[in-house]
Amino acid sequence: MLHVTELSKTYPTGDEALKEVSMEVDGDETLAIIGPSGAGKSTLIACINRLVEPTSGTVVLDGTEITALSGSRLRAARREMGMIFQEYGLVDRLTVMENVLSGRLGYVSNWQAFRRNFPADDVRMAYETLDRVGLGGFEDQRADELSGGQRQRVGIARAILQQPKILLVDEPTSSLDPETSRTVMELLTEIASEEGIPVLINIHEIGLAVEYADRIVGLADGRLVFEGSPAELDEGSMDLIYRDGEAAEESESTPDRPEAVGDVPST
Amino acid sequence: MAGELTEWNRYDSRDHLIRYLAVLGTIVAFLVSWRLLEVNYEFAATAPREVSDLLSRMYPPDAAYSGEIAAPLVETVSIAILGTTLAFVIAIPTAYLGAENTTPNAITYAIGKFIISFTRSVNVIIWALVFVIVFGPGALAGAFAVGFRSIGFLGKLIAEEIEEIDPVPVRAMRATGANAFTVALYGIVPQVKPALIGLATYRWDINVRESTVIGFVGAGGIGLALDGRIDAHDWNAVLTILVAILLIVLVSEVVSAYLRSKAR
Repeated sequence: MLHVTELSKTYPTGDEALKEVSMEVDGDETLAIIGPSGAGKSTLIACINRLVEPTSGTVVLDGTEITALSGSRLRAARREMGMIFQEYGLVDRLTVMENVLSGRLGYVSNWQAFRRNFPADDVRMAYETLDRVGLGGFEDQRADELSGGQRQRVGIARAILQQPKILLVDEPTSSLDPETSRTVMELLTEIASEEGIPVLINIHEIGLAVEYADRIVGLADGRLVFEGSPAELDEGSMDLIYRDGEAAEESESTPDRPEAVGDVPST
Repeated sequence: MAGELTEWNRYDSRDHLIRYLAVLGTIVAFLVSWRLLEVNYEFAATAPREVSDLLSRMYPPDAAYSGEIAAPLVETVSIAILGTTLAFVIAIPTAYLGAENTTPNAITYAIGKFIISFTRSVNVIIWALVFVIVFGPGALAGAFAVGFRSIGFLGKLIAEEIEEIDPVPVRAMRATGANAFTVALYGIVPQVKPALIGLATYRWDINVRESTVIGFVGAGGIGLALDGRIDAHDWNAVLTILVAILLIVLVSEVVSAYLRSKAR
């Protein structure tokens, strides 16, 4: 389905955000990407739909090599990848309906987009999707009138409207309270199974990753250092991801080393 | 230790010297300019008498003439509306090129910045002279003069608004597979819309004032009538026109302020 091969990204500043990351995503699985801030999680997601241009490596979605495309063919490929943002990415001054329908922008003409004249099927799908994410009746509200959780659900509805083959989700819960975070994660995994598409989620809350993901990938300093089921994510692999492997290596040589006190994320 | 520090100077001696030289330079520039102008003090001395003489010839305003200036006044406002619209249409793509976050590359950025600086640096009277040659005397030349002068003003301020937008919705629109036009339409335009309305209205209000003077070089409007009445020494009619200009400028300012308050 999605094959990422030796993907690297070096920013013009010289910052090596991704170092030869390879991974595969298939079926309707929910894959969580975890790792400390600056590990390259957001860069990885953005390189897949090429909002960020990878330096080397390939991304292949459903047989199409995304990294070889340009212009209108790249835009056509982007339609197949729904993206959900930490800061929601809604256009505040537009209504909920306009925001949701903007998921169809890759399919309509400039003139239709200008006139807000979307095909009847798109409008019907937008109403259905709003109901599905629990925002029926909100279509004429302005996006900036909604709460954080509601805004994220508009973002999800917009991504669904693309009828994507995969969802790319960047820190969906970082701006939300714990309870709303869980609702959003439930909604995302539900969509994955109902639509039969894989969901790739960047997330720094390990608890949510373990609870909702089918599989977990750990990034540290731009490298893929862990891959396995939530059950396989033990202390050793946590050290590998969050302490750059230092603690794990040191504990091998000095077994009696007292447990490090540091910025270990709570699980 | 700290208690012994009793001296404090905001500037050190080098800074003092630079500041002293700057003040001296300003005074010298003023005195030199004054000498160069060779002011005729006899004329200046008679100024109060000339003013009272002019005012007595002007007063009362020619009420009968007010019927004749309705048409040039409407023309003045129309020139401002046409010119502002023309400028707005050209300023939007110019601003897109002249904003760091939307311009496609360094060359397009330079083109955007050039259009902005060039149209702004040329005064409306000079644009009017140019367009009177191009289109012949009249309101069309006036509309183009006012419009071209406004491109840089609107382009610069709209570009600044574009540079201030939240980039995330723009990324979100790109991620849907939208093209550059629809990304701008949904991701950028809604974010700058109140500013667009406010700036266009504000510029229209400035342009009403600009349109009152371009008639002196033949580019239509109330200035043409004013020029004619001054040449004819019809001072009562001149006062009528000046009062009319004052009123129209006041009205346009009130309308513009009201519309801008509604746009937020």
